[in-house]
Amino acid sequence: MTAVSEVLSTQPEPVGAPPPRAGLGATARRWWRQLTSMRTALLLLFLLAVAAVPGSLLPQRPLNPPKVAQFLGDHTTVGPLLDRLGFFNVFGSAWFAAIYLLLAVSLIGCLVPRIRLHARAMRSAPPPAPRHLDRLPVSSAPALATGTPAALAAPVRSALRRRRWRTVVRDLPDGTVEISAEKGYLREIGNLVFHVALLALLGGAAAGAMWGWQGNVLVTEGSAFCDSTQGYDQYTLGRQVGDSDLPPFCVRLDRFDAAYLDSGQPSLYAANVSYGTGDFARRYRIKVNEPLRLSGARVYLIDHGYAPILRYTDRYGQVFSSPSPFLPSDITTMTSDGVAVFPDANQKQGETQRTPNVEVAFEGVYTPTAPEIGPKVRSVFPGERSPGITLAAYRGDTGLASGIPRSVYSLDQNQIQTGKLKMLGAKFLRPGQKWTLDDGSTLEFVGTREWAGLRVDHDPGQDTVLVAAVLMVVGLIGSLTVRRRRLWVRLAPAASAAGTGTVVSTGGLARTDPDTYAEEFGRTVAEIAASMPSMPSEKD
Amino acid sequence: MPDLATLSDQLLITTILLYTAAMLAYGVEYAFGRRGTVARAAVRERVLVGAGGLPPVEVSLPSPPEGSLPEAPVSPGGPAGRTVPDRSPLDYVGGLAVVLTVIGALVHVGVLVTRGIAAGRVPWGNMYEFAISVCLIAVVAWLVVLTRPKRVAVRHLGAFVMLPVVLLLGLAGTVLYTRVAPLVPALNSYWLKIHVSAAAIATGVFLVGFATGVLYLIRDAYDRAVAAGRVARFPASLGARLPAAEGLERTTFRVTAFAFPIWTFAIIAGAIWAEAAWSRYWGWDPKETWAFISWVVYAAYLHARATAGWRGRRAVWIVVLGWATMMVNLFGVNLVITGLHSYAGLQ
Ligand code: HEM
Repeated sequence: MTAVSEVLSTQPEPVGAPPPRAGLGATARRWWRQLTSMRTALLLLFLLAVAAVPGSLLPQRPLNPPKVAQFLGDHTTVGPLLDRLGFFNVFGSAWFAAIYLLLAVSLIGCLVPRIRLHARAMRSAPPPAPRHLDRLPVSSAPALATGTPAALAAPVRSALRRRRWRTVVRDLPDGTVEISAEKGYLREIGNLVFHVALLALLGGAAAGAMWGWQGNVLVTEGSAFCDSTQGYDQYTLGRQVGDSDLPPFCVRLDRFDAAYLDSGQPSLYAANVSYGTGDFARRYRIKVNEPLRLSGARVYLIDHGYAPILRYTDRYGQVFSSPSPFLPSDITTMTSDGVAVFPDANQKQGETQRTPNVEVAFEGVYTPTAPEIGPKVRSVFPGERSPGITLAAYRGDTGLASGIPRSVYSLDQNQIQTGKLKMLGAKFLRPGQKWTLDDGSTLEFVGTREWAGLRVDHDPGQDTVLVAAVLMVVGLIGSLTVRRRRLWVRLAPAASAAGTGTVVSTGGLARTDPDTYAEEFGRTVAEIAASMPSMPSEKD
Repeated sequence: MPDLATLSDQLLITTILLYTAAMLAYGVEYAFGRRGTVARAAVRERVLVGAGGLPPVEVSLPSPPEGSLPEAPVSPGGPAGRTVPDRSPLDYVGGLAVVLTVIGALVHVGVLVTRGIAAGRVPWGNMYEFAISVCLIAVVAWLVVLTRPKRVAVRHLGAFVMLPVVLLLGLAGTVLYTRVAPLVPALNSYWLKIHVSAAAIATGVFLVGFATGVLYLIRDAYDRAVAAGRVARFPASLGARLPAAEGLERTTFRVTAFAFPIWTFAIIAGAIWAEAAWSRYWGWDPKETWAFISWVVYAAYLHARATAGWRGRRAVWIVVLGWATMMVNLFGVNLVITGLHSYAGLQ
C-alpha cells in the first residue's frame, strides 16, 4: 500500500539508530533490540500458546495426580521421558516459565521507551503543517473567507477544541497562520495501560504463588478443624509461607444440607458452620459459590459425602462407635466406599498383654438409596431415600499397629492376602439393624452423618490481579477504539477586491484506521467552515 | 399447557430449516449475481462538504487501492458510484435471504426463550444451550454487518456465515443435545450469566471474523492467481465474486478487534466466578487453558497486524487459527477432555 499504512501503527517513530559500535556492548544492544522487537513478541506469544497445549492434553499433577500415575503406568517408555521434561506439570515447568519471563522482559523493554516517547509526545505541541497540504491523504481545496488570518484563527481553534483536538497556533513571518491539531492520545495511553496492567497481573499471580497457601480438610457434622498444618489432611504452602503464618481460627461443621431433584441432579449444597478464634461464636452458611471469607483466608465447600455411624459392641461388651467418612465412588448416585476399623476391640480389660489378631474391621459400600430389587451395592439416587449399607466383617491383624501410615478409606489388601486379616462374612444392613458375628459381638448400623470437604485458601495477589485485569480491559478498549488523527489548517492572507480575505486550506493524516478518517475529516472541516464568516459573494 | 421444552426443540428444527433456506437463497445470489452488484458499493465517492458561508469544500480522498475498483462494468445504466435503483430478480432472492434470516433469528430467540422458561433459568447452562446462543449472536452480528450501508456490499456472502451456523446448530441438536434441567449448584451464580453471555457474544463475533477472514484468504488467492496469469482453481475460483480483499481484511480486523475485549472480559468474569466456586481464580483447567490459548492467539493477531511483513495474509491465517482454538475449546474440551467445566451435561 501507500505511505499511509506505514503510519498505521501508533508505535512512536524509532529514535535514530545509534551509530554502530564494536564490542560486547554493541552485541548486547543488538540482542536487546531483537528481544524487544514486535516480531520477537509475536514469536513468544505463539510459543506460549503452543506450550500451553500439552497442559490440557496430558494429565497434570497439580490437578489430578492419580491420572498422571495411571498415564505413567500405561506408557512406560514415553511416560518417564515426558515426566523428566516437565510435561505433567506444564504450567510449573521451567520452559513454560522461560517463555513468559522472556515475554515479560520483552514487554518491559518495549514499554519503557514507548512510555518515555509518549510522555514526550503528550507534552510537545502537534507538529507544524507540511508544505503541501493537498498531498496529504485527505485535504480540502483552498477556499476564501473574510477576515484576517489572525482573526480567523481564534474561531477555528475553538471549533477544534470543542471536538477535543489538541491545537497549537503558529504565526509565520509572511502573515500566514497555521493551526496544527492532533487527537487520539488516549489510544497509546490505552495501549500502554493494557501492557503495564498485564505485567502487574503477572506480578500479582507471582505474589500469590509466593505468599499464598491452601489446605484441604474433611470434616464430619459435629466436628471441627483448626487452621494449622496439623489441622489439614493435605496442604500446600507458598515458598514464603511458614506454619506460623496461618491465621488462627477454627471452623466446626454443624450441619450439611443437600437437596436433589428427582432426576438425581443436585440443586443445593450448603455447609452450616460455626467459626471463630478461640471459640465458635460466629455462624455462616457456606454454599458452592459463597465461601466464608475471613481476613487472611477463604473457606470453600468443595466436596461432600456420607459418614455411616457403625457401633460395634465387642465380645466383652465394650462399645466402639464413630462416624466413618465414606468416599463416593459415583458422585451421581453417591454410592460410597469406606471402612470402619476397631483396632482396640476384643481386648479383655485389665490385661496388660495385648491379645493379637482380634482387631475388627468392616469394609463396605454405603447406598443412600439402595435399589428395591437386585444387589444392593449400587445406589440409585444420591439422597437418602432408602439408605442401607453392605458390609464385610474382618478379624485379625489390620496392620494399623505397624505404624505405617495408610489410607483410612480402605483395608490393607496385603493383610488380607497373607491371611492375617480374615473375612467373616458380609451383610446388608438398614439403619438400626444389628448384625451378630460368630463370637457374639454385634455391629449396629446406627445411621449416617454427612461430611463436607472444605478447602481453605489464601492468595494475597488476587486483588492485584483483579485490578490489573480490569485495567487491561479498559486499556484495551481505549487502544482499539480511540483513533489517532492529525489535522492542519492553513490561513494564508489574500488580498481581494472585497477587502482583506484569507485562503483557508486544510489537510489531515490518520495515524490509525485511515479508511474511516475521510468522513470524520469532512465533518470537522465543515465545522471549521461554519465557524468563520464567509466572503461576500458576487451576487450581493 | 404446552410442553415448552418440546416446543423449544421443535423451534430449533424450524430455525435450522429457515437458516438453511436463507443459506440457499444467499448462495443463489452469490452464484448468479453479477460482479458489479458486489463492487458498486465499494467505490468511494468524493465527499462534498458545503456548510456555513463557505463555498463547498471538496475533500479529496485517497484513491481507492487497487482491487477495490469494479473489475467489470457495473449496472448498464450508469458509472460506478451512482446508486441506480436497479432491481433484478436476484436482488429479490437476496432480499428473501435476509427476510429468512430475520425470521430464523426470531424463531432462534424463541428457542432460547422457551428453553429458559422451561428450565426456569438463563438458557445457557450447558454446552447445547451455549452453542445455540453462540449461533444466535453470530446471526445477529451478521445482520448488524448488513445494516451498515457504507461498508462493502456483502449480502450475497451470507451463505458463508449461515453455513457454519447451520453446521453448529445441527451439531448442537444432535451431538450436544441435553434435556432441560435446572443448574447444578456450582453453576448457580450470577457470574454464570455474565461470564457465559460474554463468552457467547465473543465467540459469535469471532465466528463472523473467521468467516470474513476465510473469504479474504479466498479472494487473496484469487487475486494472486489472476496477477500471475493463472486460472484460479477451487476454492480460489470463488474469489471472483467476492468483494475486494482489502475490505474483507479490514472487516476481519474490525470484527475480531471488537470481539477481543469481550473475550478478555469473559475470561476475567470466569476467573471471578472460579474464585468464588473453586477457590482459585485460575487453575489451568483444560477449559481455562484453551481460553488462554485462544486469547494469546488473537493477541498475536493484533500484534501481527501491526508488524511489517505479517499484515495481510499471514495475519488473517492467525484469525483462522484462533477460531480453530475456539472450536477445540467448545467441542474438544467438553467432549474429549474432562475438567471442572464438565457442565456440558453430557455423560
Ligand atoms: C503476553 C504478552 C502480550 C500480550 C497478551 C499483548 C497483547 C496486546 C494486545 C491485545 C494489543 C492490541 C492493542 C492494540 O492493537 O492497540 C497489543 C498491542 C501492542 N503490543 Fe502487545 N501484548 C503482549 C506483549 C507485547 C510485547 C512483548 C510487546 C513489545 C515488543 C508488545 C507491543 C505491542 C505494541 C507495540 C502494540 C500496539 C500495536 C500498534 O502499534 O498499534 N506487546 N498487545
